[in-house]
Amino acid sequence: MHRPSTFQACKSLLKRDLLLAFRHRGELANPLLFFVIVVSLFPLGIGPEANTLSTIAPGILWVAALLAALLSLETIFRSDFDDGSLEQMLLSPHPAAVLVAVKVFVHWLVSGVPLILLSPLLGVLLQIPEESMLILVVSLTLGTPILSLVGSIGVALTVGLRRGGLLLSLLVLPLYTPVLIFGASAVTNAAFDLPVAAQLYFLAALCVLSITLAPIATAAALRISAD
Amino acid sequence: MWQFFHKLASPKFFYDFSSRLIFWLAIVTIILMASGLYMGLVEAPPDYQQKDSYRIMFIHVPAAWMSMFVYMVMAITGAINLIWRIKLADIISMSCAPLGASFTFLALVTGSIWGKPMWGTWWVWDARLTSELILLFLYLGYMALRASIEDKTNASRAAAVLALVGVVNIPIIHYSVEWWNTLHQGPTVTKFDKPSIHTSMLIPLLLMAFAFKTYFVSVLLVRTRTELLVREFRSSWARKELSK
Repeated sequence: MHRPSTFQACKSLLKRDLLLAFRHRGELANPLLFFVIVVSLFPLGIGPEANTLSTIAPGILWVAALLAALLSLETIFRSDFDDGSLEQMLLSPHPAAVLVAVKVFVHWLVSGVPLILLSPLLGVLLQIPEESMLILVVSLTLGTPILSLVGSIGVALTVGLRRGGLLLSLLVLPLYTPVLIFGASAVTNAAFDLPVAAQLYFLAALCVLSITLAPIATAAALRISAD
Repeated sequence: MWQFFHKLASPKFFYDFSSRLIFWLAIVTIILMASGLYMGLVEAPPDYQQKDSYRIMFIHVPAAWMSMFVYMVMAITGAINLIWRIKLADIISMSCAPLGASFTFLALVTGSIWGKPMWGTWWVWDARLTSELILLFLYLGYMALRASIEDKTNASRAAAVLALVGVVNIPIIHYSVEWWNTLHQGPTVTKFDKPSIHTSMLIPLLLMAFAFKTYFVSVLLVRTRTELLVREFRSSWARKELSK
């Protein structure tokens, strides 16, 4: 019997997950819509004053991005866990961490990337100065993969539970704090023409660290949940 | 030496061994804490700047140290359970969580009480206070995860993974928060050269730190023994112990 290589397995998994995501377009739109609505609630609560808005905009955008990522996390493993295909993946001869990385990558493609693309628009709504728009996009590009990766550990731990959603936020949000700090402060600094290299390097370092370590932890957690 | 550790991992031996240990640890704790509190609250001179209000540090600083230390113990025993499936390690790990959370809470409360006269407000978003707060959230998440998984073995392993993820993250969170905002006074004891704290204050502080350590170990042992009885209630030694 022909045995597919790990690379082939990853490719077909990538294709399958993208197709699945494409077929459930509506589900993907929800977190994005949530992102937009949460961001537009802030001016209503705080007042339309442009100066105030532009000072707190980086924080609002980043917190909203964190929450939107959190909402979409469950979809990484939920349906695969429910119909048993996750168990098959874990039983397959391919390293589980690699397969997990592919799944998380797809999740980032369908939830993180639209969020990044949407962010300049929301930045305009919140009066972010044009100079920091690029930094906003860059910081989100470096930061959203971390959100998906670290979040996947939390999802893997709670996927076996009936009501894991609230617990998931309790587990994952404290781990998100470094991303929030560096992401938001990069955007804030850019608005004042201050150097942002340190923050972006830090985000990049965290990104690399989570790419290397998170899939291993997620795979271990999935094995426990699937037990 | 190894044989001793192997024996220690057996619930029955541990149960007997710890009962003697707790007694001595409790005595040491009482002596250390009494002398530390006396030296700290009575003998140590008032600070030239903070007057007497600095004395809360004899509780605050050891509690803050313990909050990190207990997490490490929890994660290491969790890892031991994950790798070698030693039930006892899991029970210790589980018993650590509420203790660590309490130490963290104590550090936060005393820090807040200290902050009122020093900084003029109950709460500041100071780096170390904030990272303590996040540490408290991590403890609560750990406890919540454990509580919501019904199967004990799965709960223990999932919790161990979470604790290990936390260990990787705690330094990152700590330094990112530190970098974000620092108002807290710098470290005064762990400096590599001469500590910038006077000996008359350092000695009671160290005494209190040791007292907190021995207190933690003795309470940990009590909790572990109780949990051991709960889990092993079917075995003959536990029944004998319970019918006493």
